[in-house]
Amino acid sequence: MAISSKSSTDEFIKGLWRDNPVFVQVLGMCPVLAVSNTALNALAMGLATAFVLIMSNIVVSSLRSFIPKQVRIATYILIIATFVTVVDYVIQAVSLDLYKALGAFISLIVVNCLILGRAEAFASKNTVGRSIMDGLGMGIGFAFALFCLGAVREILGAGSLFDVQLFHDSFQDWVVMILPSGGFFTLAAWLLLFNWLKQRKERKAKQDESAALAIRGEVA
Amino acid sequence: MASESLWTIFINASLVNNFVLAYFLGICPFLGVSSKLETATRMGGAVMFVMLVSSVCAFGIQLLLVAIDAPYLKLISFIAVIASTVQLVEMFIKKVSPALFRSLGIFLPLITTNCAILGLALFQTNKGYSFVQCIVYALGAGAGFTLALVLMAGLREKLELAEVPDVTKGTAMALMIAGLLSVTFMGFGGLGG
Repeated sequence: MAISSKSSTDEFIKGLWRDNPVFVQVLGMCPVLAVSNTALNALAMGLATAFVLIMSNIVVSSLRSFIPKQVRIATYILIIATFVTVVDYVIQAVSLDLYKALGAFISLIVVNCLILGRAEAFASKNTVGRSIMDGLGMGIGFAFALFCLGAVREILGAGSLFDVQLFHDSFQDWVVMILPSGGFFTLAAWLLLFNWLKQRKERKAKQDESAALAIRGEVA
Repeated sequence: MASESLWTIFINASLVNNFVLAYFLGICPFLGVSSKLETATRMGGAVMFVMLVSSVCAFGIQLLLVAIDAPYLKLISFIAVIASTVQLVEMFIKKVSPALFRSLGIFLPLITTNCAILGLALFQTNKGYSFVQCIVYALGAGAGFTLALVLMAGLREKLELAEVPDVTKGTAMALMIAGLLSVTFMGFGGLGG
């Protein structure tokens, strides 16, 4: 029992940080870049995707022994499309402004490779419980990454966060950050940061290792 | 909206609102297949072809859905019909022209879940284009995708030889170039209207 609870927490953490879908695996780029021009849009898109991911993970993993292998991809896509349609109508009912801002990109969650990837690589091989944890971790990790991008772009591009002005009037907006090219630049900057952290960690590990070897050598 | 001239639609879809650089559709193949010029060209051709086929399909489905009054089935039927049509087309090409199949073949199944294809189908129904306008829109979007992909591949081939810091290698570098290309494409803003 202890082992299984530990491993399901591990499934959760994995998606959140170590295998973060956006920063580490670089999956599902289209919505990431397209709707991250404000923090609110980005967060809404992230949560919508997380919901679809969790629901499709649940359904795929509970039906995994019934789905014939040959038509599995088509089946997954149909399951995902069903939940996306639900999300599409819910957002339209809750906030029309948000619906207009996100536009066709809500429908395009269907072809987000992250969701299909998790269905194929994880949910079709694991129990419902573990799939839920995986969906939660990946979904929240995705929403978090989208929020990071959206926040940076909104702060620099409009001088505000969630429509609250942060700077004095004299702040000059970086209009380019709101425009499509800003999405590419911001994501590139985040990836640079992650690469740098990873390299530093590797270098440190190597140093530790050589230090340990040196000590062992002295002892011998 | 639906009264735009064909030329305007073409310019808009290929340059001003380029699917890759302005709408961020089809980023995965854009980053994945753009390291060699030759594969990029073939991929572009295949995408253009699939776009044309799926645009025609989407137009038909939309008519049918309006007739039976079931708009909530739009997404599901679009993706299902496009995916199966591409499969059929792939088999047909394999039978009729093995040479064409060899040059497009491997890319066809990959493209089916490319968001640019579904995006095109959704945009054209939102805009309420007529049949001819749909075809021109698909051609324009395909041409724009190919252009972006080929430009990107050319730049990345040159970059192979350049000395860049270790941290920027890979996706980060590709994204920065894409950002610059996107800025360049903003220059087309006034065209087409």
